[in-house]
Amino acid sequence: MFVINCPYCGERDQQEFKAGGEAHIERPKQPTELSDDEWAEYLFMRKNIKGVQFERWNHAHGCRKWFNMVRDTSNDEIKLIYKMGERPPSE
Amino acid sequence: MSANLRVKSSEFIDETVRISFKFNGKTYYGFKGDTLASALLANDIHLVGRSFKYHRPRGIMTAGSEEPNAIVQVNDKTNRTEPNVRATEVEIYEGLEASSQNCWPSVNFDIGGINNAISAFLPAGFYYKTFMWPASFWEKYEYFIRHSAGLGKSPTEKDPDIYDHRNIHCDVLVVGAGISGILAAKNAAKNNFKTLLVDEKNELGGATIYQNREFNKIDNQSSSDWIKKEIQELSNIKNLEIKTRTSVAAYHGYNYLLARENLTDHLEKKDKQDKIRQRLLKIRAKKVILATGALERPLIFNNNDRPGIMLSSAVKKYADFYGVVSGKKNIFFTNNDSAYESALCLHNKGIQVEAIIDIREKSDSNIVKAVKKAGITIHWSHTIVDTKGYKKLNSISVMKLSNDGLSVIGNKINISCDCLGVAGGWTPAVHLFTQSGGKLTFDENDKVFLPNKYPSDQLCVGSCNGDFKIKEIINNLSINLKKFLNIEKTDFDNLSVDSEKENSKRNIWLLPSNKPIGKTKPFVDYQNDATAKDIKLALREGFRSIEHVKRYTTTGMGTDQGKLGNMHALGIIADTAGVKMGDLGTTTFRPPYTPLTFGTIVGRNVGEYFDTFRRTPMNDWHIENKAEFENVGQWKRAWYYPINGETMHESVQRESIAARESVGILDASTLGKIDIQGSDASEFLNRVYTNAWSKLGIGKCRYGLMLNEDGMVYDDGVTTRLGENHYLMTTTTGGAANVLGKLEDYLQTEWPELDVYLTSVTDHYATASICGPNSKKILNKIIPDLDLSEENFPHMSFKNAQIENIKCRIMRISFTGEHSYEINVQANFGKAIWEKCMEAGKEFNITPYGTETMHLLRAEKGFIIVGQDTDGTMTPIDLQMDWIVSKKKYDFIGKRSLYRSDTMKEERKQLVGLLTDDPSIVLEEGAQIVSELNQSPVNMLGHVTSSYYSPNLKKSIALAVVRNGKNMMGKKLFIPMEDKTINVTVANPVFFDSKNKRINA
Ligand SMILES: [Zn+2]
Repeated sequence: MFVINCPYCGERDQQEFKAGGEAHIERPKQPTELSDDEWAEYLFMRKNIKGVQFERWNHAHGCRKWFNMVRDTSNDEIKLIYKMGERPPSE
Repeated sequence: MSANLRVKSSEFIDETVRISFKFNGKTYYGFKGDTLASALLANDIHLVGRSFKYHRPRGIMTAGSEEPNAIVQVNDKTNRTEPNVRATEVEIYEGLEASSQNCWPSVNFDIGGINNAISAFLPAGFYYKTFMWPASFWEKYEYFIRHSAGLGKSPTEKDPDIYDHRNIHCDVLVVGAGISGILAAKNAAKNNFKTLLVDEKNELGGATIYQNREFNKIDNQSSSDWIKKEIQELSNIKNLEIKTRTSVAAYHGYNYLLARENLTDHLEKKDKQDKIRQRLLKIRAKKVILATGALERPLIFNNNDRPGIMLSSAVKKYADFYGVVSGKKNIFFTNNDSAYESALCLHNKGIQVEAIIDIREKSDSNIVKAVKKAGITIHWSHTIVDTKGYKKLNSISVMKLSNDGLSVIGNKINISCDCLGVAGGWTPAVHLFTQSGGKLTFDENDKVFLPNKYPSDQLCVGSCNGDFKIKEIINNLSINLKKFLNIEKTDFDNLSVDSEKENSKRNIWLLPSNKPIGKTKPFVDYQNDATAKDIKLALREGFRSIEHVKRYTTTGMGTDQGKLGNMHALGIIADTAGVKMGDLGTTTFRPPYTPLTFGTIVGRNVGEYFDTFRRTPMNDWHIENKAEFENVGQWKRAWYYPINGETMHESVQRESIAARESVGILDASTLGKIDIQGSDASEFLNRVYTNAWSKLGIGKCRYGLMLNEDGMVYDDGVTTRLGENHYLMTTTTGGAANVLGKLEDYLQTEWPELDVYLTSVTDHYATASICGPNSKKILNKIIPDLDLSEENFPHMSFKNAQIENIKCRIMRISFTGEHSYEINVQANFGKAIWEKCMEAGKEFNITPYGTETMHLLRAEKGFIIVGQDTDGTMTPIDLQMDWIVSKKKYDFIGKRSLYRSDTMKEERKQLVGLLTDDPSIVLEEGAQIVSELNQSPVNMLGHVTSSYYSPNLKKSIALAVVRNGKNMMGKKLFIPMEDKTINVTVANPVFFDSKNKRINA
């Protein structure tokens, strides 16, 4: 069970949080311009990496804020947490 | 007393307190401080149970939690009974009753023992191969298996005990209070770390506490004397909390550990009352020190499982700690020096040691010399090839080992004995370390897996880290602890320690016999009766992965998780397959380390606290008026209000007629309510609902349908514009929290530029919904100054009003098709407003109705319930609700998906009405619909989603989803049931008042 450092509240137990899948998948601004395949790519396709993964998390039973997390799924090490809207680190 | 095998007064046993207990119905005596195992041995009882598969007689093997054989049922036929308890862990108390498991009718005569005679027919995978086929026989097999090879009996009465959970946060958690654990905890606490020290036993000190070897001196004292002083000092240390009888069950990531603290199991029945029995400790530690020690290994040889065959270290502990001798004629069998310590311990107490069988060629250590000097015969380079004695060991057969250790040579020597102490080396207890995600490395020299890579801030010390001699334990602990805690020094940096030099070992995983392996029974997993033969068979049959071999042979799958024999299983696989043990790896150690009771896991969450539930402010009224309740999400909602012994059907029919003919009242407080404010609130609603919101006037209400991005209906409800930048959204009762979460997600992550704020106000308001032709008259009675004319207060509009001091938000909206009002008040006025409506409605015979009638009334109107008529695969088009999907809006959540090739298919399932040809037949919800009978395979078109008998229409009505249903109006379909086929006709889903005259009446 992780200890997650919410950027707004500080360190809290994992049970206060909800995982929200892969991060940095932006909703297309003009969905109607997209082909079925392009829309399906946005809608359904998600990575499932063994290793370093960029994820969205929500402090659901706390401040309700969403934020980003860089996590190594092979050992659950949380490498970085940063706010929504902030750019992902390059490495 | 039948026998007394006490050898001396032990300081750990209080012989002034005699305790009587029962085993298999017979009364025995022990002393305070005894475990059930030590007390049984003192009474010369070795035979404790029968093995699982072959029902072989089995005795006490160990003196700890790793015990595979001596598992008992305690307090059978009482409400405190517990199966699968290790006799080695049960502290005896006055009135304790224990009985053997796995035997029927008795431990001495066991019918299942026949399995032993036919064991050639019960090889590895026997259960998979035999009992799996034919499937229809499984019930019979299961009966046979459960009755002849029980795993103890579950309690059948309510557990009378209280269980508890506690969260603990500490700087340093130390697991295991042996010599390393004590020193680590003491020095951590002294350096201002808030420290918790736990041990599964009731006393501190581990094995050191009864160690009086002349070869082990600490600070020029015997190690037991020295550690007693250390333990005394612990009580004066601040920052240190000690918990005994506390077993760590699980070690999860981020240093989160679960431990069971046992508080009353060792107490007499009268002292157990009204106390917490066990407490689950949820420990979050900044740093963890594992000092879990090592478990002695047995040796794997033919018939190595008889009662009287024990671990050498256990023989020693029973003698040294409990003052109990396990046999009168003892033999030790070993591959290292450990057994010599046990032999010398017995010899010094005047107990006969017949011989030591040592598979090594020689050893010149001091302890071996001392044993020689004591005149004990040592058979070097010998092995045991067989043992005899069905219910108790009575002799062993010994032969010389060949040089390569693969076979035996020479003549067989038989030696009589009643106890055999086996010493196969030591296995570090790395279970918790690997549970936490730690990676092991194989040490070829000691043939052990050792902690290698730590996944979190933790340290393994002592023998669980591969240090077996006191000198190396203390030296390495001093170095590693300083680094781990980042401290300058410890108080044992300069401690003088004398201990023997490294002793020699010879490792043979499977010892040879003079018989072919097929004719031997070398047990690897005692509890599950898996032998070396089974493992070899599995390899011959092609199994390679150790995880597969484990499951096929059931090695390591008992309640003890194979703590004794797992290493041998790996060794035998490695030797047979010709691979290195380090490359083979280990099977996964899983929590719990020792079994937990269900009580400990659930803690206080039992009975009415099992799950949380929510009640509305009108709840007391519903109870007073005999409502039946149903669970909707976490809510307890009034379901129907039976009067004069009505059935549910009768109540619902009465309530439904009343709501349409006069007036009904529903508690709608559970609907989700979200307060939406901000200058972009209208734009936000445009984006989240399928229909348009910009033109909704202040004081007006609108129904909205919310989709997922995949185009499927997610939620629905009415939203009211309270002000220029202020809306109140209602959601389904069950969907409230998810809808809020989803809206927040879009606001925060996709549209942060929108100025919108969301607040859940579900619990802040109570809602009474009055419905029916007389609802207007009631509202007029309670708020006479509110203009209820169609011009001032039309359908789908909202008014603020006041009833005495109660502020109300009144929406004229309808889920039933009747003229109705929803009166929202601050939650604490909920019951008051409800009672006012009831009072004012008396003259109209106002009828409270529950969720069932609400469902019926809306079905008459063809209104959907999200989650009942939809299942996450229905688009608004599928629901024939095209009218609510805006064609003008450029975008909204899910819009693009409505134009995917798949969502536009004509042959998707669509919502339709169904009428039964016989109007008295009510369809079953979930019933399958077909167009052709006698077709194979049958082409299923869809299923019934809602079905009722409508008292207002005097016929059965149903909603259903049917493939291409919108093109089937008037078509005859069939619903095949178990006993009959029901003929139905596809109809318009709006069954009642299709012109919507009543709403505006
Ligand atoms: Zn937070």
